[in-house]
Amino acid sequence: MIRMENVTKAFGDNQVLQGMSLEIPKGTSMVIIGGSGTGKSVALKCILGLIKPDSGMIYVNGKDATKGDRDKFLARFGMLFQGAALFDSLPVWQNVSFRLLRGPLKRPAEYAREIAIEKLRRVGLKSDVADRFPSELSGGMQKRVGLARAIAAEPEIIFFDEPTTGLDPIMSGVINDLIREIVTEMGATAMTITHDMSSVRAIADNVAMLHGGVIQWTGPVGQMDASGDPYVEQFISGSAEGPIEAVR
Amino acid sequence: MNPLAALGGLGRAVLTLFANFGKVAIFALDAISHIFRPPYYPREFAVALMNVGWLSLPVVGLTAIFTGGALALQIYAGGARFNAEAVVPQIVAIGMVRELGPVLVGLMIAARVTSSIAAEIATMKVTEQIDALVTLSTHPMKYLTAPRVLAALITVPILVGIGDIIGIAGGYVVATENLGFNAATYLLNTVNFLEVKDIVSSLVKGAAFGLIAAVMGCYYGMNSGRGAQGVGRATKSSVESAAIMILAANFILTGVFFSV
Ligand SMILES: Nc1ncnc2c1ncn2[C@@H]1O[C@H](COP(=O)(O)OP(=O)(O)O)[C@@H](O)[C@H]1O
Ligand SMILES: [Mg+2]
Repeated sequence: MIRMENVTKAFGDNQVLQGMSLEIPKGTSMVIIGGSGTGKSVALKCILGLIKPDSGMIYVNGKDATKGDRDKFLARFGMLFQGAALFDSLPVWQNVSFRLLRGPLKRPAEYAREIAIEKLRRVGLKSDVADRFPSELSGGMQKRVGLARAIAAEPEIIFFDEPTTGLDPIMSGVINDLIREIVTEMGATAMTITHDMSSVRAIADNVAMLHGGVIQWTGPVGQMDASGDPYVEQFISGSAEGPIEAVR
Repeated sequence: MNPLAALGGLGRAVLTLFANFGKVAIFALDAISHIFRPPYYPREFAVALMNVGWLSLPVVGLTAIFTGGALALQIYAGGARFNAEAVVPQIVAIGMVRELGPVLVGLMIAARVTSSIAAEIATMKVTEQIDALVTLSTHPMKYLTAPRVLAALITVPILVGIGDIIGIAGGYVVATENLGFNAATYLLNTVNFLEVKDIVSSLVKGAAFGLIAAVMGCYYGMNSGRGAQGVGRATKSSVESAAIMILAANFILTGVFFSV
């Protein structure tokens, strides 16, 4: 379980998070929606400890996420970054099985390669991609390699930052199904950021809307359409009219 | 820009440099401590050895040979004014080994290695690759910084030694081909004149400059601002600071070895 309590974060005088509170029960899939630049990525990075919040508390499985053994803490996490963040000095397969090629989890290279190819297949990539370098792939392919890397170690908690942005509708469907599958089969706790409403409906158990640095609305995905919340309604309809300004 | 504002900007830059000095020192100690603590990354170390050491050889060789040659010409011309042309081998040797070898190699390493380390790490930072490393339970200081710093610490003294030899060889070629020196006497004078202390100081300077070059590249890369501009600024600052610190360290080390 993940719990954020009153988390605030500012960059200079840019107040990004202004008291964000959110709870994600174990083994469920939470989707965060909200306009671009509202701080969704910052929120994920706060939980991972990549960004230090100015105030507020973050708990993972009841323990303060900012204290304790970081390596052990991060060993349970998988993260897909918004820009994929692949290591461009390494070929694709070494990106995917990065953990297996060095450090405490080191395995023979052939084994690591097999695992990488299997994970690549799961995100809809053929094995001939394995030996290419990230810079030789399209944005959508890089995103999927990033996804394969995030799930490679079968983590308990997985964060996906805009997993389907830049993908065609068919590939989006494949990725949505995969995320759903990871949650139901592996029992993982997932937190996904997306702007794609069809993704929201396919992936989410619960939805939270971030706006103005706080969670404006949160609830089960089934209640989203009848939320009565003007922010959520505007986001779903994609209208320029409403409480969310079109110029931000 | 009016001249006063320009001067103010310059002053600020110098002040920031000093303010950063403490942070850099802490970063350097941290980087060194990670060299000794596992996990180790031998593959990354091998790549760094290649980039810092082997691939720097051409630049170092060319810098040294031209400098040694020019030095011989200058000392001959200068020495001729008071009938001291004969000191060419001795002064070339001392000039190369004590000062020009380490300093010029150090500056070339700052240009070649510091800039490429800073640009690479800064790009990794702005494209979230450093964040990705952390989420993959890999410590950036161990994976990125430690191998590069260790490689520079080991290879730059070797490069300086090679630069010293090539520089002396450059002087030797000019002196024997153009200035009428006897080859055997030239070599003998060089070898007899150099002391162990000269060579030790040269290598110690090399190690210090290698450390500075790698640490500055890593420091500015890791602390890069956002976007392409951030990478550009990090690269520029890293080379600037490395060059200045190498020259300052050279002055201090020369004082330590040769005053009194
Ligand atoms: N490292 C950083 N330094 C300064 N500002 C940042 C940093 N990371 C994010 N921001 C700012 O925080 C705000 C929210 O960013 P982000 O979380 O990426 O938005 P999104 O909701 O689209 O994911 C933006 O205004 C962005 O410029
Ligand atoms: Mg984002």
